Amino acid sequence: MSAIAPERAGVTTQAIEESRPVRLAPNYWPFVVPALFVVGAVIVFPWAFTLWMSVNSWTLGQSRSFAGMENYLRLASDPRFWESLWHTLTYTFLSVIAPMFFGTVAALIFDARFALRGLLRGIFVMPMMATPVAVALVWTMMFHPQLGVLNYLLSLVGIPAQEWIFNANTVIPSLVAVETWQWTPLVMLIVLGGLASVPREPFESAEIDGANAWQQFRYLTLPMIAPFLMIAVIIRTIDALKSFDIIYAMTQGGPGTASETINIYLYNTAFSYYDMGYGSAMAVVFFIVIVALSFILLMLRQRSQWVDAEGNR
Amino acid sequence: MSSRLLNKIGLFFAALVLVSPAILFFLWMVSLSLKFEIDNGAYPPILIPERFAWSNYAKVFEENNFLLYLWNSVLVTGTATLLALLIGVPAGYGIARLKAERSAIVIMIARMTPGLSYLIPLFLLFQWLGILGTLWPQIIIHLVVTVPIVVWVMIGYFETTPMELEEAANIDGASSWQVFRLVALPIAKPGIVVAFIPSIIFSWNNFVFGVVLASRETRTLPVAVYNMLSYEQVSWGPLAAAALVVTLPVLVLTMFAQRQIVAGLTAGAVKGG
Repeated sequence: MSAIAPERAGVTTQAIEESRPVRLAPNYWPFVVPALFVVGAVIVFPWAFTLWMSVNSWTLGQSRSFAGMENYLRLASDPRFWESLWHTLTYTFLSVIAPMFFGTVAALIFDARFALRGLLRGIFVMPMMATPVAVALVWTMMFHPQLGVLNYLLSLVGIPAQEWIFNANTVIPSLVAVETWQWTPLVMLIVLGGLASVPREPFESAEIDGANAWQQFRYLTLPMIAPFLMIAVIIRTIDALKSFDIIYAMTQGGPGTASETINIYLYNTAFSYYDMGYGSAMAVVFFIVIVALSFILLMLRQRSQWVDAEGNR
Repeated sequence: MSSRLLNKIGLFFAALVLVSPAILFFLWMVSLSLKFEIDNGAYPPILIPERFAWSNYAKVFEENNFLLYLWNSVLVTGTATLLALLIGVPAGYGIARLKAERSAIVIMIARMTPGLSYLIPLFLLFQWLGILGTLWPQIIIHLVVTVPIVVWVMIGYFETTPMELEEAANIDGASSWQVFRLVALPIAKPGIVVAFIPSIIFSWNNFVFGVVLASRETRTLPVAVYNMLSYEQVSWGPLAAAALVVTLPVLVLTMFAQRQIVAGLTAGAVKGG
């Protein structure tokens, strides 16, 4: 008995050893490979190809030739490009400021408890999800100078009729109004997330010390949600720079070129004039503008967090 | 006590003011879509007409091949989202477990790149492949929208699921694939829903890819609606009805899945910086 037992035990452990191959640290790379392949095909390949196209002169249907820096030099001396850059920056600046303001106010309100809060917040979020082309279409009708409901509403409070998107001077602010209408909810949601993480105690002691509501907001709430505000600013900046659907569907860059942003000019160059080389150069410069602005904002964010950490101590 | 009540009433009205532009817009959209031309051209504008023009909706479906475009939209959004889940959920898992933050940055840069800069090369590629007349170009390019959303949400989700169970399964001899398939995936179901819904919505809403890549037979709904505006004699009723038909599925989804949408968007956004 005692002679057999160890042998048997040896066999079974050996069998287990064999049925269970030497345990390695789990290999996670196979999970990532398909996604890497797709990202390579639809994201990295287009970047590389765009870079290559940008140093070529090629209008669809004609022969392609190497052009070196020619497209970029042409861009630098193209007044329509500079004008579109200016439109992009104005549009973006306004489309960040306005949703940030309204979104923060909305978050402060929706953070409190009151009747029908859930329902109202649900309606408030809906514009963000609505299809931009549908949104653009209905706003175009609402902006109509003669028959639009907006001019009628203005007339009720004695403001003269506006030409909205049909006038070169008011087209960008009008488009920004639509962009603000649609994207304020996203800012609200981000800031609301920030407010949810704010601890209660500092406010109680501030109240005991006699701080009023504004002081509590200015010296407690605001510094604590600052990182979230910065994230909202970054996201909003990227999205506003890239804005296409609303501008294209409502004005196609018009009247004239009054609302032509880089994105719209890029579209026209590549897919109306089929000037692929020049369009690619524009895409490269546009991408650099986006990355540069995001990078600056990220640096600011790091600083704001640092200041915040110091301030809290 | 009464001052607190007053406070609540004040908050309610402030919220109402904030929500009013949304209410005005959607009410007006419905109103436009249900009015005959005479009522839509009336000044001062009429909110609720005496006769409802249900025929506007009938017109949309009769005259514009709308059912085909609806089906195209379903196919493009459905396939692009399913493919994104198939690829993106394992990828999110892998990246979370590898703590490969650099690959997450690639996804973030993808979000920063304007859609048009993908379009030039891919348009040429699809043309060269001779598949421009099919739905495949749109399905493939919609992956640019759906894959980053899914991967991003899933990284965040798998970072929060406990490792202990997976380690136990691993000790019991399960392969990496089995661990993922039988342990990690079932726990991740809520996360998958959170990734699924925004992916559906943003793919459905996408306009820029369709406007370049779609031919007459392969238009998705947003492109079809835009084309109604530019090619037809503009009559407001059917146009507004078409706009409503396009956006209604998304709005219904928003109402029913609000919690998932908020979770998905804030995960993407908050982590996005």
